[in-house]
Amino acid sequence: MKVSYYPGCSLHATGKEYDQSMKSVSSALGIELKEVEDWSCCGASSAHSTNFDLSIALSARNLISAEKNALDVMVPCAACFNRFKMAEHHLKADKELKTKIEDVVGAKYQGGITIRNPIDIIYNEIGVDTLAAKVTKPLTGLKPVSYYGCLLLRPPEVCEFENYENPYMLDKILGSIGAEVHNWSYKTDCCGGSLAISKTSIVVDMCDKLMSAAREAGANCVVTACPLCLANLDMRPSKGLKLPVFYFTELIALAMGLAGSKETFKSHMFDPQPLLKQVGLI
Amino acid sequence: MENFLVEVNKKIHGVQLQSCYHCRKCTAGCPVASYMEYNPNKVIKMIQNGKRDQVLSSKTIWLCLSCETCITRCPNQVDIARMMDVLRQMAIEEGVGAREKNVLKFHEAFLAGIKRGGRINEPMMMVEYKLKSGDLFSDAVAGVEMFMKGKLSLLSPRTKDMKSVKDIFEKTKHS
Repeated sequence: MKVSYYPGCSLHATGKEYDQSMKSVSSALGIELKEVEDWSCCGASSAHSTNFDLSIALSARNLISAEKNALDVMVPCAACFNRFKMAEHHLKADKELKTKIEDVVGAKYQGGITIRNPIDIIYNEIGVDTLAAKVTKPLTGLKPVSYYGCLLLRPPEVCEFENYENPYMLDKILGSIGAEVHNWSYKTDCCGGSLAISKTSIVVDMCDKLMSAAREAGANCVVTACPLCLANLDMRPSKGLKLPVFYFTELIALAMGLAGSKETFKSHMFDPQPLLKQVGLI
Repeated sequence: MENFLVEVNKKIHGVQLQSCYHCRKCTAGCPVASYMEYNPNKVIKMIQNGKRDQVLSSKTIWLCLSCETCITRCPNQVDIARMMDVLRQMAIEEGVGAREKNVLKFHEAFLAGIKRGGRINEPMMMVEYKLKSGDLFSDAVAGVEMFMKGKLSLLSPRTKDMKSVKDIFEKTKHS
């Protein structure tokens, strides 16, 4: 299949492991990516926290640009995904707002493309059976908990993600590549998001709670699909509580034995390589 | 003059805050309620009681993470997360400012980054935040380590059509 690809700002910097692994996994699974032309930032938390119209217009600029490709747009960053879905929701529900935003952006919004996250595309378009058949190195010994966070799921009528209080798609994907997924009740709790910089102590508390819960559940790593969650969980927990944190696409790349799949682990702040060596995966 | 409740409801443009029957499900699920001086449902009550100054100058509205757990679980679909956005925007527009100053300074540094290059260049944005907040040294060690690991690129690609981005900021300035 062919999709538009909106990497977003984080995937070019702190979340580069997500971009690299996303591209190699997509290519190996036959998902062709066409980058959204001349994209700009979605506005993230900072736009909607301070100026509603600005937040809708910044996302609309990108949705309008993506419409040129006439393909579903895949948005790996959970924060960008959420902002796009939110903009779509408001633009479709409020005609007056749509007219105003079109004037601000200087182009018409059609609303004809579907905004999708890669968990949904891999689970629903590729399927876990096809994925399992492509595994050359099952992730035996890896015991992850899956961490979805907030922005892929909420609010449910906007995000349209399956089973938003107890999602399972990421768990099934990880199971299909040979990991022993552990259950826990913190799948959709918040990591502290953008307060990491301005109110760090609160985010340390929140990440400590998540890491303690993951350890209690018997996990030896945490897997996510959000660059903000990964950055917070990778950097903010207190010493002694940290566990390796992976993007789910890094683990798919590893299980499929894709070229370069071991490289992305080197740039994590909390080094996951000792764990991967210990279980014989690298 | 419109009272506070009418004004907030109009800006939320959805379910009226009066639909809240104070079951406190929002507060029970809020991950930062314990750091707030007023719980989310208490803010609704305060708006109904016309406590404009107290609400707009509260820490609560700046600590809300927009995790959207409240709206997800509210039995009456009161959009509390949207309400917090509305209150923050009102605090800025009315010159009340932000009780949690660094939270707003972070947002300002972030938006200035978009205005400058269309996309966020994380090191530039962090430098701007540090200068604005005066919080110069926290995360400095982590910053150096991230740079060494190639996670902070000084020359990330920018949006080409910057006029269209700047126009968006200009045309939404007074909205």
